[in-house]
Amino acid sequence: MPVELTSYTAALPEIILAAGAMVLLMLGAFGAEADERADRVGWLGILVLFVTGVALLSQTGTERAFNDAFISDPFARFVKLLVLVGSGAAIVLSFDDMRRAHANRYETPVLILLSTVGMMMMISANDLIALYLGLELQSLALYVLAAIRRDDVRSSEAGMKYFVLGALSSGMLLYGASLLYGYTGTTTFAGIATAAAAPGAATNLGLIAGLVFLLVGLAFKISAVPFHMWTPDVYEGAPTPITAFFAAAPKLAALALLARVLSEPFGGMEVQWQKIVIFLAIASMLLGAFAAIGQTNIKRLMAYSSIGHVGFALVGLAAGSEEGIQSLLIYLAIYLVMTLGSFACILAMRRESGPVEEISELSGLAETDLPMAFTLAMLLFSLAGVPPLAGFFAKFYVFAAAVKAELYGLAIIGVLSSVVGAFYYLRIVKVMFFDDAKPAFTTTAPYVRVVMIGAGLFVLLYAIYPSPLIDAAAAAAKSFSF
Amino acid sequence: MALTAIFFYLFAVLALASAATVIVAKNPVHAVLFLILTFFNAAGLFILLNAEFLAMLLIIVYVGAVAVLFLFVVMMLDVDFAELRAGFIKNAPVGLLVGGVVLAELVALLAARGIGPVASTLVAQPIPQDLSNTEALGRILYTKYIYFFQGAGLVLLVAMIGAIVLTLRHKEGVKRQSIADQVARGPATAVKMVKVASGGSAIPDSKSDH
Repeated sequence: MPVELTSYTAALPEIILAAGAMVLLMLGAFGAEADERADRVGWLGILVLFVTGVALLSQTGTERAFNDAFISDPFARFVKLLVLVGSGAAIVLSFDDMRRAHANRYETPVLILLSTVGMMMMISANDLIALYLGLELQSLALYVLAAIRRDDVRSSEAGMKYFVLGALSSGMLLYGASLLYGYTGTTTFAGIATAAAAPGAATNLGLIAGLVFLLVGLAFKISAVPFHMWTPDVYEGAPTPITAFFAAAPKLAALALLARVLSEPFGGMEVQWQKIVIFLAIASMLLGAFAAIGQTNIKRLMAYSSIGHVGFALVGLAAGSEEGIQSLLIYLAIYLVMTLGSFACILAMRRESGPVEEISELSGLAETDLPMAFTLAMLLFSLAGVPPLAGFFAKFYVFAAAVKAELYGLAIIGVLSSVVGAFYYLRIVKVMFFDDAKPAFTTTAPYVRVVMIGAGLFVLLYAIYPSPLIDAAAAAAKSFSF
Repeated sequence: MALTAIFFYLFAVLALASAATVIVAKNPVHAVLFLILTFFNAAGLFILLNAEFLAMLLIIVYVGAVAVLFLFVVMMLDVDFAELRAGFIKNAPVGLLVGGVVLAELVALLAARGIGPVASTLVAQPIPQDLSNTEALGRILYTKYIYFFQGAGLVLLVAMIGAIVLTLRHKEGVKRQSIADQVARGPATAVKMVKVASGGSAIPDSKSDH
């Protein structure tokens, strides 16, 4: 059975990225001094990500490959581009921090690239096996990245916790997948959709139990409440650039996967999954808002903030409509930029003695470093959802989609928890601008500064010219049939 | 057919019994040995199903590699299993509750017949008549499932990188064997011609060592 090579073009970006990562692995294993090798592999990694992005942008329409196990549609390409941006930014942010911690290893960018391959496989998954393999490739690389500073107890602890809980969630997901296979007799999404559309299928216990277990596994990965326990510890313990990567890229990929699973194979079972998604959304928004209030460590605070934001993104998904998917995509794009910018600011928090993570260390930042204080304040206002910053529009779109789907209660709870959440973001702004000044931070690497300022500008200026993002998301949301 | 049934019940009963013993056994080494017995019985069941490739795979991979690795870990690491079990009674009620809920769900699932009407028509991937099942598996693995095959390969690559990144340490001052250097050694560097005076020592500079 000869196979045409052209049938693989749909997966060309993934192939480029995977091959690039393996070449970089070889490049890193041989050659000069450790620091130099790590930097070289890092920059080349960004180049590989860029080439992958170009290959991605050259695709049009909906392409399938590998017997329909892999699909490349506008939705997949939209999220993949975001993931590539997140991975690239994480590599950029990691250079300076890893070098100063004497943990500059060429494996870090390679693992980030391989994890990105996994995320792209997840986003394009059109089959349960592809879904699982992508998820596992992504997660396995993330476990290692969390523990990459192996001499640091907190980093090792983070890696261990993430690994054990992640393995548990993978088990749940696999169990769900096996139940689905048991009911439908097929692993392809198209086949599951057909079986789920059969009369009586939507109320069949086997199918529903499988769907629920699958949702539990995915909820672990996006750290939606009540499957969020690992998030604060892992975010706090992992090296800060890696935490930035955790908060940005994998969440987008897992949310995109969730959107595809719920809209395509289980599109006909909306009644069944909508309640679960609504519960996850409400619980995540509330916990994200209330649990973050007591935090003093800014990385822990960002962990709770990310839990809350996943809740808001799920509101868009719960709407179960094209507007819902569109608002979800816009939310993901804006969340990505805000997260990367905030973590660039956290990386800039460094004194002679090393990095600092307490919120009190930001005290009086406006006097010592006004540009950074201003940028961070803008990012925090945006995370809180204050108009006219980008974060406000992100929330606005998801709530509008929820209202349109007549989920009024969900939208009201969302707005209220957003108000509660604003408290802790604004508290940091107050600490920066009105408290007594502490000694200035040491100068940061220029590219960390670039990420910070870039994110700040995006957040500030999004309102002036929002149409490219809205149009792209609208085109991407058309990939699903509702 | 009666013979097949006898073997089926033999393998099945032994597999279940030894699997239960894995959990119950106090001595972890015994537990691993019973695990190996379970694998062997499962392999027997596969052979009854005419899936001899999977049977051999189970023995080679699970018994040959995984279980032996378990044995190594159990015997080489100083893990106090009595201490690990200490929390068992304390956490047992919660565990029983969760386990009970899952069991109830499974029973409900079974009662509700969680198998769809189309499933039975789709499951069979018939083996072509003229092929052994090893060959058939190979054909499908490298054609229809090439994507999954390569994806699994990447997962294993990451696992390998991870193991090396997290554990390999280059210690300073350790004398390592360099095969390249050894091979490159020739008479010019390895042999020293010494003129020995009659009655003298063949060991050069032996006096300076004192």
